[in-house]
Amino acid sequence: MFTESLARTIFGRLTFESFPLHEPILLVTFIVVGLLGLGLVGVVTKYRLWGWLWREWFTSIDHKKIGIMYMILGIIMLLRGFSDAIMMRLQQAMAFGDNPGYLPPHHYDQVFSAHGTIMIFFVAIPLIVGLVNYIMPLQIGARDVAFPFLNNLSFWLTVAGALLVMISLFVGEFSRGGWLNYVPVTNLQNSPDTGPDYYLWALQIAGIGTTLSAINMVTTIIKMRAPGMTMMKMPIFCWTALCSNVLAIAIFPVLTGAFALLMLDRYVGTNFFTNDLGGNPMMYWNLVWIWGHPEVYVLVLPAFGIYSEITSTFTGKRLFGYSSMVYATVVITILSYLVWLHHFFTMGSGASVNSFFGIATMVISIPTGAKIFNWLFTMYRGRIRFELPMMWVIAFMITFVVGGMTGVLLAVPPADFVLHNSLFLVAHFHNVIIGGVVFALFAAMDYWFPKAFGFRLDPFWGKVTFWGWVVGYWVAWTPIYIVGLMGTTRRVNHFDDPSLQIYFVIAAIGAGIILIGILAFVIQIAVSILNREKLRDTTGDPWNGRTLEWSTSSPPPAYNFAFTPQVHDLDAWYDMKDRHAQRPTTGFKPIHMPRNTGAGVILSGLAMALGFAMIWYMWWLAIAAVAGLFVVAIVHTFNYNRDYFIPADEVAQSEDARTKLLAAGA
Amino acid sequence: MNDATQHLDDHGDGPGHFTRRGYLIGFLLSVVLTAVPFWLVMTGALHDAQTTAIVIIAFAVVQILVHTVCFLHVNTRGEGGWTLMAYAFTAVIVLIVIAGSLWIMYHLNSNMMPMPSAETSAQP
Amino acid sequence: MAADALTEPQAEPSFYDIEDSHHHEAGGSTLLGFWIYLMSDALIFATLFATYGVLSSAYAGGPSPREIFELPLVAVNTALLLTSSITYGFAMIAMQEGKLRGTQLWLVVTGLLGIGFVGIELYEFANLIHEGATPQTSAFLSAFFTLVATHGLHVTFGILWLGVMLVQLGQRGLHPENQRRLMCLSMFWHFLDVVWIGVFTFVYLLGVLR
Repeated sequence: MFTESLARTIFGRLTFESFPLHEPILLVTFIVVGLLGLGLVGVVTKYRLWGWLWREWFTSIDHKKIGIMYMILGIIMLLRGFSDAIMMRLQQAMAFGDNPGYLPPHHYDQVFSAHGTIMIFFVAIPLIVGLVNYIMPLQIGARDVAFPFLNNLSFWLTVAGALLVMISLFVGEFSRGGWLNYVPVTNLQNSPDTGPDYYLWALQIAGIGTTLSAINMVTTIIKMRAPGMTMMKMPIFCWTALCSNVLAIAIFPVLTGAFALLMLDRYVGTNFFTNDLGGNPMMYWNLVWIWGHPEVYVLVLPAFGIYSEITSTFTGKRLFGYSSMVYATVVITILSYLVWLHHFFTMGSGASVNSFFGIATMVISIPTGAKIFNWLFTMYRGRIRFELPMMWVIAFMITFVVGGMTGVLLAVPPADFVLHNSLFLVAHFHNVIIGGVVFALFAAMDYWFPKAFGFRLDPFWGKVTFWGWVVGYWVAWTPIYIVGLMGTTRRVNHFDDPSLQIYFVIAAIGAGIILIGILAFVIQIAVSILNREKLRDTTGDPWNGRTLEWSTSSPPPAYNFAFTPQVHDLDAWYDMKDRHAQRPTTGFKPIHMPRNTGAGVILSGLAMALGFAMIWYMWWLAIAAVAGLFVVAIVHTFNYNRDYFIPADEVAQSEDARTKLLAAGA
Repeated sequence: MNDATQHLDDHGDGPGHFTRRGYLIGFLLSVVLTAVPFWLVMTGALHDAQTTAIVIIAFAVVQILVHTVCFLHVNTRGEGGWTLMAYAFTAVIVLIVIAGSLWIMYHLNSNMMPMPSAETSAQP
Repeated sequence: MAADALTEPQAEPSFYDIEDSHHHEAGGSTLLGFWIYLMSDALIFATLFATYGVLSSAYAGGPSPREIFELPLVAVNTALLLTSSITYGFAMIAMQEGKLRGTQLWLVVTGLLGIGFVGIELYEFANLIHEGATPQTSAFLSAFFTLVATHGLHVTFGILWLGVMLVQLGQRGLHPENQRRLMCLSMFWHFLDVVWIGVFTFVYLLGVLR
């Protein structure tokens, strides 16, 4: 009796039954992940890399290193999210008639919830944030972001959220409420388990990270542009990054608010989204979709920026209609806030409300369409180089236009009443997110990888990745469009109608082809690292680029630019090359830089402890974690010594090395 | 857009110089703007609830503007106009969130609830 | 700044800022960044206001605003908060004039007023809960408690920050870093006033009118 209550006090509701030892799939996964993790820890320990990792990476506040860490996080989580996808495809291909498939509904529901949550919050967002983090300061000629420490903290908060989602795989279970954790499924009475709590705490912690990062990026773009770079001379990627981050600041607080209210429902017993005592579950949908629709644009706007930069570079032309591109981006930023109801037309708010949001949704396709024409006109009469990044752009234009059109179809409320929650919708948003965001991310990685690491990515394996994804995408999702149009609904774990099976088998084959693409990407990175001397870029400008990031070395020094560039033209670096700007080789000065700090890691670790404690009702740990958070945060403010100077001769040394390299190359 | 972007580079100017006079004016205005609505509601001076509601909402809007100018020092010059732009943008978004939610949920209730809301809320 | 020298692209344009004249003073972005954070905080409040608006008549058999709100108490609380904003203003003016003692004094006054505000709010909550009007009673009360308590938590956090600032002022005086932090806290404190205007108008006054 006593030991039981003691255990309850210490471990809350965590017991031996919380570990899914009876589920063989999870057990095997756990063993594999555990072995891989142990192997990694072993290697790091063997080569004594812990100190190096801590000093050079974990505590780093260099925007370039944080950007790379974000990308690594996104790629690791992509592997997790994609394995969920493969599991679902296999289940749906198998589970017809008498065959129940291999995933019981209880488990299947967690898989599709985790897949969506991970892909948006821990793959797409980190990859986009990572790219913005790495590229944007270089493009505006800055030496770091406005709040370097905050940047580090944002990253680690995102990691803390991702870790909580991963822990849910092996300790307790994840939400079964879909990727937005819908009520009433996730109300306490319907899901008394830990699933929704894992979801809420993971996303709350990561969401705070994303908000802080967005504030940081917006301030950086406003305050830290190089002299001469007016807003209308700013590279288009920075414009899209600005709009995307402004949107993120405008929406993430709403999500935080909605999740907080659901947390209160679950922990305190309030009645916001309950079915009785006046609660209103649809208010939750309303709030999460106020976040949800603009979020699509938070992801896709920077993607549009990536396509613009690449199109301009690889056609050797200035971007067609730069200012119309900027205005289209700004218009999308505002309009995207006026369409959220189209996610629940069928809720029943009536004709007037549905018409307004239906029309607003159709209108938003106009600026997006304008952008497509801008890219086409940029390519028109250009000298197009079909390197890997450009191939992704072409694939994007073809794929995305189809997704955009099915989107306009869904924007018509009467049509949506037929297609709501069907697989047609699922195919639509995978069409725009894979065709729009994922293709952009691969294009960006191929394009900017040499900038970050000093050598290009292997083109052969890049092409395998490309064809795997593009062909795989169409094979996987065309049949889903078809069955969706026929009326098949989403989130279903077993089908009765055997005539549908062939479509799901084809879709599973498509997912297999995408798997080839993903594996080829991993191989591409490995092969490129092995052949790095052959792929080396000594110029810092391997693609004949047009924007400032190509004016410095690859990889750039910690201070980015020995001398801040002065901007006279939209394509600043192209202008400098055109007018034979001479890179100064003497007269270096000490450079003022921020100092590394471990506070971000510690705060995020405490936040994660808080989340875990709250999920399992370990109140003592929660209180300790909150106290720890306050103490560490306050102690951190007593540190006034946060920056240092890179001495002039150190700058001169690395710049001289670059001068030699450039001379050798020429 | 272009005009707003021209003078971006003269950044670094914070919220400007605060004056005692500015704070006092703001304080006096806000005392009046607070006292009148409380007085209206507590005494029922206007007799009509709807008129009172409109008047006190108007007072609140004015008072928010007074606080914004006198205490938060938002003006067209601070940070090259970005403070003001952020403020205006946020005001629009706040309005969309609140008005949009009320509009949507009001229509939902009137369309989907079979009984008037007073009866629904009377359930235990 | 350097921008003026660049606007006319002449025969010999300069492409690098050799003199390093375009210097970003450390923390020059803090005020704008903090302002943007406040804007995001405003949206959290917008979410809570919207929720309150939607659920404000969902009494579920529980008490209605007219039965539980005590306007005199709210009026006192409003007076405390408004006064605290002018005292904070005086602290800022003292800081501007370089008077450390004056700054500290006015900050202490501001903090005491803030503590008074939070105290009265806690008293009000305790009364309500004692009368059986708990956050669990109805959706209306859930929304009410959450909105008002979130504001109260912000004030509490502001008081804590104020305390830390007093220690740091004692240690380092009107260090530029401290001045910048006081400006941020100033924005935070006045921002909470603005939110409170919304609370007393839309929750209390309109609630009693209903």
